[in-house]
Amino acid sequence: MYQDKLRELLSKHGKLSVDAHGLETESDLYEAGLTSLTTVNLMLAIEDEFDVEFSDSMLSRKTFQSIGALCDALEELLD
Amino acid sequence: MSDSRQGSRFRTYTEIVELVETLGKGVVEQHASDVDDKARFPEEAFAAFKEARLLSAMVPQSLGGDGLNIKQLCKLCEILGQYCASTAMVYAMHQIQVACLVNHALTSSYFQQYLADLVEHQYLLASATTELGIGGDLRSSICGLELEGDNFKLVKQAPVISYALNADAILVTCRANTDAAASDQVHVLVKTKKCEFEQIAGWDTLGFRGTCSSGYTLTAAGHVEQVIPAPFATILSKSMHPVSHVLWGSLWTGLAASAVKKARQAVRHAYRKNPDMPPVTSLRLSEVDELLFSMRGGLYQSIEEYQGLLDGDCDDAFTNFGFSIRTNNVKLRCSEMVVDIVGKALMIVGIMGYKNDSPVSLSRHIRDAYGAALMVNNDRIRGHNATMQIAMRDS
Repeated sequence: MYQDKLRELLSKHGKLSVDAHGLETESDLYEAGLTSLTTVNLMLAIEDEFDVEFSDSMLSRKTFQSIGALCDALEELLD
Repeated sequence: MSDSRQGSRFRTYTEIVELVETLGKGVVEQHASDVDDKARFPEEAFAAFKEARLLSAMVPQSLGGDGLNIKQLCKLCEILGQYCASTAMVYAMHQIQVACLVNHALTSSYFQQYLADLVEHQYLLASATTELGIGGDLRSSICGLELEGDNFKLVKQAPVISYALNADAILVTCRANTDAAASDQVHVLVKTKKCEFEQIAGWDTLGFRGTCSSGYTLTAAGHVEQVIPAPFATILSKSMHPVSHVLWGSLWTGLAASAVKKARQAVRHAYRKNPDMPPVTSLRLSEVDELLFSMRGGLYQSIEEYQGLLDGDCDDAFTNFGFSIRTNNVKLRCSEMVVDIVGKALMIVGIMGYKNDSPVSLSRHIRDAYGAALMVNNDRIRGHNATMQIAMRDS
């Protein structure tokens, strides 16, 4: 549901070594080049785009591991 | 050697604490000055540790060890830190490697056997993470496993491998293979008997002289079963990073406590000379004791949190930003407070603490204390925290 927008934000802020639009939903974003710094940039972009706030407990590798995981987190935040 | 059981019972944690106290006051302290003078490995202390089976303290009881947890190991490091920071640091570094194996390698029959052998022979484990051309960034490697069938060859240019020539094995980080990405890392155990070492850097330092942290080009070979069956990223976040920081923090706290103890002796001595009025330095002693109280408080809180996460089996929690920041805070605060505390202790002890040959000399304490903020440079760690702080909402 939010996948297209997330891919767009990933392309813009993720500084990945591959094209975010070509990634599988469950591809490991850290293996694709996401770092702790780009994780923070991506998080801020998602917050601005969807007008949500990530809680501190969500700030871990698991939340940002894949586009699928990010979708789950986003759905939880928008619920 | 027999295992840790005496008759049919394991020794208790209390018995182990008493044993470490005895060895600390004895063999460790006795040779600390000579270890420091000559920048040599604390061989007497480690011969005694092996005899007392302390190198397998964290190995599970099912494999013949004592099965101590991190909180208990922290206490042992704090005790040893009071007598010789170099000896305590080598002991801590060894236990960090053991923790990596116990937490991540026990699914492998090779490593189960290796840990049982470690119990029997009291092997000493060292670590090779930093690499020329990369520096202290643990999460990338240049060298990789050169695979040939089930065997590998590995050449790593390591600017620091502490006590490499005294260790039985070294846990080395490297790329999973020569074509893998810099961050696609594995953690592999190599046996020093089968390694070649070409020294590329020495270790004539201000403090922590007994850790013998020279640099080497390490050439190793082995079988793929020696690769820990978990990605290094996981080993680092769950074990190496937090265990390092709480064990180091513990031994630095021991070092600080020992300096405060010398200050206390000096204040008491001054009071005896003039019992009509408490010496001015007693106020300073109160202040420095407050600092030690804060240092310990932060450390113990962090140890409790980490032990709780380990006991609760919360694997996702180890990569949480808040946990990472707090784990880094322990290292940052303890390594800077130890300098502050030994400096203030010196002001209390005065000129007798400044002398190298006095019974209340603080020379080694001060030189060792300054190393704490440099081993993994504090500003590098603060840089990691700074990034994560931007994302955090609460402290």
